[in-house]
Amino acid sequence: MRARVWGCRGSVAVPGADTVKYGGNTSCVEVRLSSGHALVLDAGTGMRPLGVVMQDDLPVELHILLTHLHLDHLQGLGFFRPLYSAALDIHIWGPMSPVQHLSERIAMYLSPPLFPVRLEDVPSHLTFHDAPEEPVTIGSATIRAAKVTHQGPTVGYRIEEEGRVLVYLPDHEPSLGTDLLTLPAAWISGHDIARGADVLLHDAQYRDHEYGAHVGWGHSSIAATMEFARKADVDTVILFHHDPYHTDIELEELLAEAQGKWPGMEDRVRLAYEGMMIVLDSEVKV
Amino acid sequence: MSDPLGTPGSPKSLPLILARELASNLATPMFLLDAGGMLVFYNDAAAILLGRSFAELGEIPSGEFGEALQLATPDGEPVRRRDSPAGVAFFERRPAHETLLATAYDGVRRQYEATAYPLIGAAGEMHGVVAVFWEGAPGERNG
Repeated sequence: MRARVWGCRGSVAVPGADTVKYGGNTSCVEVRLSSGHALVLDAGTGMRPLGVVMQDDLPVELHILLTHLHLDHLQGLGFFRPLYSAALDIHIWGPMSPVQHLSERIAMYLSPPLFPVRLEDVPSHLTFHDAPEEPVTIGSATIRAAKVTHQGPTVGYRIEEEGRVLVYLPDHEPSLGTDLLTLPAAWISGHDIARGADVLLHDAQYRDHEYGAHVGWGHSSIAATMEFARKADVDTVILFHHDPYHTDIELEELLAEAQGKWPGMEDRVRLAYEGMMIVLDSEVKV
Repeated sequence: MSDPLGTPGSPKSLPLILARELASNLATPMFLLDAGGMLVFYNDAAAILLGRSFAELGEIPSGEFGEALQLATPDGEPVRRRDSPAGVAFFERRPAHETLLATAYDGVRRQYEATAYPLIGAAGEMHGVVAVFWEGAPGERNG
């Protein structure tokens, strides 16, 4: 499988000179499977440029895997050109609710007055699914979701294809109310789906000195991210969901802080950036 | 007899993880059962009442735990596992409250107020049970 990052900013899009290196678009990752199927992880503003490219090369089947419905993970959906292609079947997966169907919750955004087009009026054929907590097969991949600690119903996704594992946990605060250093792995939010991943895209919103003022906001400190990844025996960690107030320079300071927690393995800790390619074939290239 | 359900150390669901984090930060004695009926956690406040820390006891089938506590009504009538508040919450998926006598691991028999409720997920799936205990009348030592 091959993944490309189209947006890795958290909370709100931040275009500008200070964010041009790592990018200002919010969460969106494209995953292409060897079977020709396409997955799109979250529908942040990075989905708009993805749609421009994808409309000329539509996949056989498209699956949009939403971790949750906060606006920074949904705002790009209405600007995703393949949504307006009548020939395309699009499957949208997201966290379930006992009170409201996924389509109704998404339609709260894709309807006036917030958006001019109603979700029910888009030309593509949409099918909605609850995020799969039991493994499901999509093309050549097996996908599994798990609920994780964030604000409101939120899941992470584990994607396996031909022995390689990509895990996507963009909004996650596994250290909330606990100490990851001493907590048994079975009790750590997200550990089960992250275990043994070749590549983990994980929330890294706060530097350690910033986290104290943001406990309970649903995001991780660098210390928590790196300890989570260590306990999950992850090979490569990609720091994701960059704080909108972090400039490119500050992100590189954050990276150094993270790499300092994995001495001797610094090359296995990376910062996500728009355009980043992740190849998981016979070997893994980031 | 050991409960065949539940696997010690197996990954826990998010509702159970959040319940454990809540329990860990409270001074109210609290126990957690998982969806398979295993006692998977109790907090330090519960450990004081029980006379043994959870780290010492580890995960055990809730039936085994109930037998060890020798649960009884205030009149001394034994309480079946499925009639205890935790049992009602687990088997009938509804909250329950009772006054109970129980014997701790240090041999002290105490009266407790016990409340339990099931953790039912968004799809109606069972994640486990939370049981909260308050000490009632002053305890008396067995024998």
